[in-house]
Amino acid sequence: MSSLSGLLGYRRALPGTQPAHLHEAYVSSIKRAPSKPLVYLPHTISEVTGPSFDASMVDARACDLTRQEGGEPIGERIIVSGRVQDEDGRPVARTLIEVWQANAAGRYRHAVDQHNAPLDPNFAGTGHTLTDDTGNFRFITVRPGAYPWRNHYNAWRPAHIHFSVFGPAFATRLITQMYFPGDALLPFDPIFNCTADEEARDRLISRFDWDTTMCEHALGYRFDITLSGREATPWEKK
Amino acid sequence: MSVPATTSQTVGPYFQIGLKRFYVNELAVAGVSGERVEIEGKIFDGDGEAVPDGVVEIWQADADGKYAQAEEQRDKHGAARFRGFGRTPTEQDGTFRFQTIKPGRVPGPDGKLQAPHIVVSVFTRGLLRRLVTRIYFPHDAANEEDYALNLVEASRRATLIAKKSTKRAGLLEWNVVLQGPSETVFFDC
Repeated sequence: MSSLSGLLGYRRALPGTQPAHLHEAYVSSIKRAPSKPLVYLPHTISEVTGPSFDASMVDARACDLTRQEGGEPIGERIIVSGRVQDEDGRPVARTLIEVWQANAAGRYRHAVDQHNAPLDPNFAGTGHTLTDDTGNFRFITVRPGAYPWRNHYNAWRPAHIHFSVFGPAFATRLITQMYFPGDALLPFDPIFNCTADEEARDRLISRFDWDTTMCEHALGYRFDITLSGREATPWEKK
Repeated sequence: MSVPATTSQTVGPYFQIGLKRFYVNELAVAGVSGERVEIEGKIFDGDGEAVPDGVVEIWQADADGKYAQAEEQRDKHGAARFRGFGRTPTEQDGTFRFQTIKPGRVPGPDGKLQAPHIVVSVFTRGLLRRLVTRIYFPHDAANEEDYALNLVEASRRATLIAKKSTKRAGLLEWNVVLQGPSETVFFDC
């Protein structure tokens, strides 16, 4: 309902496909989730425009997290690739993706992370890239380890990689996490399980992919990211 | 529609390593025209405790009310365009700070111009989705007729309007209260 004065907004989430702000099993949400209803805002030019990043702003080497520190990091080398698209399947070209993750032992190179697993001098755990003209991206990294956290007794996060994506507009901004197929910790993780819709949750799980697996080098995982699509113009509505 | 948008997940406590490369809190770089403003604030949780592990992103128009577009990184005189994007983490005491310009007015959906404003995304550990809000400017007559402000019940509008700080001239204070009686207005966006 945002085509007042002809401006097309972006679609809102389908029920259940995005987390509620309050998810009590995730203890940190209890004091940080808003308690009052959100105010519905039809999109204006401020929401349908957004920051852009071009090749001059990115480091072309930053998509390879295994070659940033001089030596090769310890761990299982993997290739994570995918496509950023909108809800109509159109590619989102030339958009910035940022990633960060724990090392193979389950430790982040961050002062707050005091898990007694070793740091890896050859792994910073951070990268970025622009999608290409067809919305595709590709990172080379190591498979992150699981790690304990203090949400509840014996709480462990499943292996995951954080993804930050802009898309074409302020309205399409997304930060999410990519998981791995078959991870035994997924059913127990309150963050993964914060979204009601099972299919929506399962789309956060990458899939093993022979096409991008490199012989004698690295396993390939596919993770496609979908951003909100533009609302249909009246004559496109069925 | 083929596939619904990917589910949001929290930034968690370790986002600094992933997001710091594109931190920018000085938007009013040399050559950018417009009234300089400094905006400073803190993020508070439902207990009134400062949030030391949040990140704030802003997006705004330039002084003429134009948003930077990818194909227009430079203006017709070749000067650097105002990029309009800022991102900064909170400090240990919950503080964030931007040096920017007061944006011009941009069109609103009701056919009128919107009051000068900055759109804001807030991400923190504990937030499973970003929170979207807006910063408006104090004592701006246009606030009275602003489309988005008028969607908000009058008693809560003040949470969206920065205050002149008594600390020094030109400094505006605007806080984010995630939860509670003085909770900031967040938009479904």
